[in-house]
Amino acid sequence: MDDLHKLTITELSEKLAAGGCTSVGIVKDVLAVIDANDGKVGAYLTVDRDSALEQARAADVARAAGVTSPLLGIPIAIKDLLNVKGQPCTCSSKILEGYIAPYDATVIAKLREVGAVLLGRVNMDEFAMGSSTENSALGKTHNPWNLGHVPGGSSGGSAACVVADEAIASLGSDTGGSIRQPAAFCGCVGVKPTYGRVSRYGLTAFASSLDQIGPLTKTVKDSAILLETLCGHDKLDSSSIEMDVPTFSENLTSDTSLVGMKLGLPKEYFVKGMDSEVEKAVRDAVEHCKSLGAEIIDVSLPHSKYAIAVYYIIATAEASANLARFDGIRYGLRIDGKDPLELYKKTRAAGFGSEVKRRIILGTYVLSSGYYDAYYKRAQKVRTLIRNDFTEVFKQCDAILAPVTPTPAYKLGEKTNDPLEMYLDDILTTPTNLAGNCALSLPCGFSSGGLPIGLQIIGDSFDEQTILKVGHAYEQTTKWHKQKPEL
Amino acid sequence: MLGEKEGMDINYVAHLARIDLTEEETTLFQGQLEQVLHYVEQLDEIDVSGVEPTAHAFPVYNILRKDEMGQSLGHSAVIANAPAASDGEIRVPKIIDQ
Amino acid sequence: MKYEATIGLETHIMQKTASKMFCACEYEYGAAPNTHVCPVCLGYPGALPMMNEKAIELCCKAGLLLDCEINSHSKWDRKNYFYPDMAKNYQITQADEPLCLGGHLEVDVNGELKTFTLERIHQEENAAKNTHVAGASLVDYNRAGTALMEIVSNPCMHSSEDALAYLASLKQIMEYGEISDCNPEKGQIRSDVNVSVRPVGQKELGSKVEIKNMNSFAFIQQAIEYEIDRQTSLLESGGAIVQETRGFDSDRGETFSQRTKENAHDYRYFPEPDLMPVKISTEQVELWRSELPELPVQRRTRYVNELGLPEYDAGVLTADKATSDWFERAMQHTKNAKAASNFVMGEMMRLLSEQDFSISESKVTPEKLAEIIALIDAKTISTGAGKQVFEIIFNEGGEPKKIVEEKGMTQVSDDSALESWADDAIAANPRPVEEYKAGNTASINFLMGQVMKASRGKANPGAVMQVLKKKLDAFC
Repeated sequence: MDDLHKLTITELSEKLAAGGCTSVGIVKDVLAVIDANDGKVGAYLTVDRDSALEQARAADVARAAGVTSPLLGIPIAIKDLLNVKGQPCTCSSKILEGYIAPYDATVIAKLREVGAVLLGRVNMDEFAMGSSTENSALGKTHNPWNLGHVPGGSSGGSAACVVADEAIASLGSDTGGSIRQPAAFCGCVGVKPTYGRVSRYGLTAFASSLDQIGPLTKTVKDSAILLETLCGHDKLDSSSIEMDVPTFSENLTSDTSLVGMKLGLPKEYFVKGMDSEVEKAVRDAVEHCKSLGAEIIDVSLPHSKYAIAVYYIIATAEASANLARFDGIRYGLRIDGKDPLELYKKTRAAGFGSEVKRRIILGTYVLSSGYYDAYYKRAQKVRTLIRNDFTEVFKQCDAILAPVTPTPAYKLGEKTNDPLEMYLDDILTTPTNLAGNCALSLPCGFSSGGLPIGLQIIGDSFDEQTILKVGHAYEQTTKWHKQKPEL
Repeated sequence: MLGEKEGMDINYVAHLARIDLTEEETTLFQGQLEQVLHYVEQLDEIDVSGVEPTAHAFPVYNILRKDEMGQSLGHSAVIANAPAASDGEIRVPKIIDQ
Repeated sequence: MKYEATIGLETHIMQKTASKMFCACEYEYGAAPNTHVCPVCLGYPGALPMMNEKAIELCCKAGLLLDCEINSHSKWDRKNYFYPDMAKNYQITQADEPLCLGGHLEVDVNGELKTFTLERIHQEENAAKNTHVAGASLVDYNRAGTALMEIVSNPCMHSSEDALAYLASLKQIMEYGEISDCNPEKGQIRSDVNVSVRPVGQKELGSKVEIKNMNSFAFIQQAIEYEIDRQTSLLESGGAIVQETRGFDSDRGETFSQRTKENAHDYRYFPEPDLMPVKISTEQVELWRSELPELPVQRRTRYVNELGLPEYDAGVLTADKATSDWFERAMQHTKNAKAASNFVMGEMMRLLSEQDFSISESKVTPEKLAEIIALIDAKTISTGAGKQVFEIIFNEGGEPKKIVEEKGMTQVSDDSALESWADDAIAANPRPVEEYKAGNTASINFLMGQVMKASRGKANPGAVMQVLKKKLDAFC
């Protein structure tokens, strides 16, 4: 092993350009790590070994022919809810058994265009519903820092594989924190872009008005590089916004000064019952930013405390319709019945796991006759208030600093019996999905038990550049991101 | 307003959602979801009069497509994905009005 | 007690677009099953809809043709229900903010002009096609997701005649407006019919019965009549009407219960998060309005006022858009409207009635008819010969001038030939000549026939008449 797997996109891209390694070499090295470690981590559902090597060879040929791109030949893992042509797309559910995607999601097409290597598909909570990846019907994923703990979710596989060096970077999706929370639990960088920045075409929908695809990487700069490729208008997604995409990574320099930057600290985000080590690590990070020249001001997001209630109404309602298509008729699992009604009921009973059933039932209920105004419409109105809070706060500051999660990663099985308790953990991440703006999670410390702690940097809509800049400055002046788990 | 809500008729809702629930699931979900519904009742304390609902994080308008024909999927891929097919069509149990 | 029926129609019309409502698949009637499908219209995971701008335009233009108000802000909703013909198990439609509001239609019902008002027109997507075989059903998704608009009338009709006249008029306007071909056999126009019956004088409507998804106008008529009878008898015998959905059994001509109110769908409408709202400016509405084609009623008036055609001709020519369009093209090549009208209403319709193709497929093109008329007007051929030429072209094709030449149909107007035939006729038929002289001027027709016979039809009848008159009058 050449230890290529330990490097970042930025480092590998320089090495490749200088002829110091080949893409085939990187892929072989990463495959060897997967072979050695994934039995313990369980990040992958499928490793596309042959295809990855073939793509790597093609990347090397392209490079020899003069093609350059920061992602050319870089192996990337894909959350298994993105359609990759010719491959299964399981969403970690039994109901998609046998389904072969006949098309590429827009982000997959974009990665192919720049010559990235699609390494394989990683585990997640079924249909992205969960915060621990324990809701996968297809396998358990473990936190690389402590195999007895959850990796977070729903993009648990995406976070675990990057931290375990089983991929150089990965794609995840974030509906209520599903990129940022596992990034915090596993100790990597994760970005939820502004809603509308990245095309959702080909992303199996959980909650259409909240879902965004984003990167999970080893460094902030790597996230910036991936974002430059992923962002941009797509004529196949009506919610994708036509707006210029900055070359984020080029704007991240060695200048780590935050002078002139105002960072807001929302008092509501240091919630009751928050783990004291988490609070301390985040407050230390705030002090660190201050030492880099940032001005810290107190801000208030008074309606954020309602985010969980609003989120679990809106997200489940949308999901109840989005998941109606999994019915055993056109693809996937079918349990036959004497008529379509019986077929639907049996197929969906056998194909969906408990959490998915629970959320579909909740979402169906809040939309059902007589309840729409009381639940859904009211939630949409409170969503407006949550959005307005952010609009007001971003008049006062350039970005917001907050924790990502109230606690570090908990033990496997610890919260599976109490859905509401697990939902409440999303309190710090869901407001951003409801408001639509962007946020980043990056490592800012460790608990006494050796588990990573994440710092959340929340930015204004379409201002990914600012949160990347703050995150980069913090990262370049700290060492948390350099720590690796022993596997 | 929410105070007037009756308890959830989980069997009716599961029927709407086309999911057969076992007895254990029915009991378990009923309890868990009632907890969640109780939790979301906190939204009642907010005065939302005059507040417009948000359906889209960034509402834009008239995102239209030209009326032009594009590529369709290959028929064989469609049939290969179907759990049952005959004569190029997707086969389902006899449809009777539901 | 006397009872009256109230009827409302929800008419689904498939618009004439090249691609489907929310994806780029083509719709081709009769194509091999599941060949015009994609991830979007099959409801595959991850696929997203994109609105077809032409469908929006056609829906709004339909609204303008029916005097609707075009909503300046319109949005999309999901209507949730599980059915194998609905790939996503929700239909994208418009619940509370449709594209068009209000509107009305003036219709001649058995000679009486009635106004039927509309509630709204909204845009949605079509369902797939199910067919039933032994023990199973088969689904073809080619039709799934095609552009479909729903025109909802108010409950403002009171008889099957009203409903049929409304539908016929709606169909004619949609065809004229090039919104839809409205072919019932191809399912391009289908209606749900709501029928209720109440005692005359009662203010509230009776319980509504909905009969779903009928394409044949004849079946719609039968279903309405059956339902009015059924509900009336039920009320007369002291029974109550149950609000329900009924189907129509065309073999028995009866409706039958399908679903009662207790089992009604709970559609769980909510705003479609995957599609953005539509805003339509007044400028856009005015632009569309300026592009609207002429409607049959306007065309009829123009034919009478500008082309000088009788009311009857104008009515027959505009009844069907294809015929009227054909006539319009002919009028670009001839000024003789009455001659063209006579040919279309006479020869063309007679010959077409024996064939099963449409006027647009006829071998007699508008240009060729204009040529035939020009030949008649120039007196090169007689009207009778013109009809023969028309029929020859209709059956075998060909160029009018060439046919006239080949068949020797040119009229003879040359006086010396005519005079010699006239002299022969007068000499050979002393009796009619005597009668004419005695004042029976009709006798000249016999002599005329003789001349025409001698010329083998080629003599110009007008010229023959003149020559004969001159000669006979000279005797007097």
